[in-house]
Amino acid sequence: MGGARLFNEMYTDERAVRPHYAAFAEWLEQTPSARIAQNRHAAELLFHRVGITFAVYGEASGTERLIPFDIVPHVIPGAGWERLARGLSQRVRTLNLFLHDIYHDREIVRAGRIPAACIDNNAQYRREMVGVDVPGGVYAHVAGVDLVKHSDGEHYVLEDNLRTPSGVSYMLENRKMMMRLFPELFANQSIRPVDHYPDLLLETLRAVAPAQVDNPTIVLLTPGHYNSAYFEHAFLAQQMGIELVEGQDLFVQNETVFMRTTQGPQRVDVVYRRIDDDFLDPLAFRPDSMLGVPGLLSAYRAGRVTLANAIGTGVADDKSMYPFVPEMIRFYLGEEPILRNVPTYLLSKDDDLKFVLANLDSLVVKEAQGSGGYGMLVGPTSSRDERERYRQRILDAPERFIAQPTLALSCVPTYCGDALADRHVDLRPYVLSGLDVSFVPGGLTRVALREGSLVVNSSQGGGVKDTWVVD
Amino acid sequence: MLSRVASALYWMSRYVERAENTARVLDVAWRMSLLVKEPQLQDQEWFAPLNITGTLFPFAGRHDVVCAREVLHFMALDPENPSSIYSCARHARENARAVRGAITSEMWEVLNATWLEMQQMDEDKLRSRGISQFFDWVKERSHLFRGVTFGTMLRDDGYDFARLGTHLERSDSTARILDVKYHILLPSVKDVGGAVDYYQWSAVLRSVSAFEAYRKVYRDVITPLKLAELLILRSDIPRSLHFCMRQAADTLDRVQNAQSAETLRQAGQILSGLQYGKISDIFAAGLHEYLTEYLESAQELSRLVQASFFSSSNIATQP
Repeated sequence: MGGARLFNEMYTDERAVRPHYAAFAEWLEQTPSARIAQNRHAAELLFHRVGITFAVYGEASGTERLIPFDIVPHVIPGAGWERLARGLSQRVRTLNLFLHDIYHDREIVRAGRIPAACIDNNAQYRREMVGVDVPGGVYAHVAGVDLVKHSDGEHYVLEDNLRTPSGVSYMLENRKMMMRLFPELFANQSIRPVDHYPDLLLETLRAVAPAQVDNPTIVLLTPGHYNSAYFEHAFLAQQMGIELVEGQDLFVQNETVFMRTTQGPQRVDVVYRRIDDDFLDPLAFRPDSMLGVPGLLSAYRAGRVTLANAIGTGVADDKSMYPFVPEMIRFYLGEEPILRNVPTYLLSKDDDLKFVLANLDSLVVKEAQGSGGYGMLVGPTSSRDERERYRQRILDAPERFIAQPTLALSCVPTYCGDALADRHVDLRPYVLSGLDVSFVPGGLTRVALREGSLVVNSSQGGGVKDTWVVD
Repeated sequence: MLSRVASALYWMSRYVERAENTARVLDVAWRMSLLVKEPQLQDQEWFAPLNITGTLFPFAGRHDVVCAREVLHFMALDPENPSSIYSCARHARENARAVRGAITSEMWEVLNATWLEMQQMDEDKLRSRGISQFFDWVKERSHLFRGVTFGTMLRDDGYDFARLGTHLERSDSTARILDVKYHILLPSVKDVGGAVDYYQWSAVLRSVSAFEAYRKVYRDVITPLKLAELLILRSDIPRSLHFCMRQAADTLDRVQNAQSAETLRQAGQILSGLQYGKISDIFAAGLHEYLTEYLESAQELSRLVQASFFSSSNIATQP
């Protein structure tokens, strides 16, 4: 994966506009810059008024910030999307088969494709789930697969988020904002719609209700309004017309989950939970959790309620499991992987460790358990000091880290001040698994707003763009 | 409907209504103080808002004198005063934020935008913008919120609990306004027909937007008896005790559950007193005594609402 020239999504190397950006480029040229500036300002005001903010951890409680929104879309040609969609579907179906397998017969281990230790020593492997049958064999009902395009023009999977992936509300709001500000862009080309995502999600959740439940009561379980993704929880609950509940609203009796309503207790059949495994049930996991519901696990194991996503999915999206996904696809589906994996060094292996320590300045090193872009080392942009400190952390517990070559993420022109400049983007499509795999075209595009930065996480100064699949 | 959500909707509306009523009370005090020429009497006017909102004690704990500047700041902008307009805007918005899924986007946007603007407000801006203009703004935001609620919210339990909060808060506020001004409503020989009385009485009417309604209903000069009748017993004045309690009782009837029998009885009892009461009886027994008793039973009703609909311990019983 050599450090060739950056891939620009909008322009070819000769600065010609790529065909799928043609309509947008023409519009950009014809639209007075004053109107664009005015609408960019309007977008900011609207996002503030609508209250699309996120809380930032580590800052004074209740701090609400806006995720910067950029009006230049990330455009993907229809044919390219079809291939991505096949790859995503293949990958998520595999991960669900893998999760079912490792909590049942562990055939993949017996076949010698994955070492048993990789699973048993993984903190995200939940022994409570062994032998538990979940409706439809679906574990990861909602997956957020992070994709990047490298300088070779190929998409690579950066990580599979199978726990409680967030951000889909931004995908929906970004589209709404673009249509509101620049309706003419949508009138003169065919951009595939994304607004039906809540419908698909609701359909997915209904499909995995416990057997014998005709008209399931579905709720969205949130940690509460101090959580950074609270806006999204409220938004999705509202869009789907389901109750947004906190742990204190639910209780378990006779292995059945109820919510406390003004008309007395009401049975709950499906919980779309946006709380991590550790906090779900103080009786089974962290006893200090104030967010969860005592007894929830017992009701779940008894098959009286469905949790989406299932407990114990974290073992499959862990960075130490990631290198095995292509092998899983071959094992479970007998197919060749459509989407590529980034070559990954497991620092628990001596050879890999040696190589990584000798090449810290050209690699990205991450904690296998980390997320949100916290605690990673981006070799090429790090200082000698940072590298030395990181080297010490690695040596203290090498098995906690993985390393990957620095990807040359593709760029999309982005407003920085009043001028356009190329900034790195990634793409997170949301893959839903119920009776079938479904998704809306595109996903959430995140953009690193600092020049040269590869970190697109909103908590680290990233912004967002609308994502268009055009035909 | 979730008990926690019902409770948040109820309090959201109560806080919006409280902000509006505080603005009304302050606006009247401000206008009245402009009419009085002697400086020491001017300050007298500023006891009323503190008495009406029951905040004289906390105010006195932090301020030496009761004067326009201090009271205005304390009741409009002071974040430390839990019943200031500032605090009400914050609490309303926080309750709305906790149940965003249960209200419409438009309702949320009104409360969120109000709070954002409220945070920009300080004493200098209050004066440069104009004090009455500020109160108008608060009232307008409350009107807007009520209108948006009426125009966009699904007619389910959530709507009922939001309306319940509005009417219980409003009846409480009207009763307090009357109670604080009750002395000016008592007939006293020397003042009858005096200009000051006229302004005092019309100020009470204006503070509950009932001045024009009074003229329409009675086509007569303002008299204390009729004024009290209008604001206590008339069923067609949206801020009268009768009207508010009728709405509250109807709402409670719709949302009733297995624990709410006593709550409904209490509401019905208060309502029947208003429905069949006579203003001459009320004055004969003492207006102040009547209002004191009313406020106590209304408070008991609020407590019962809390216990029968919102308290989780009450509901965590056998399914």
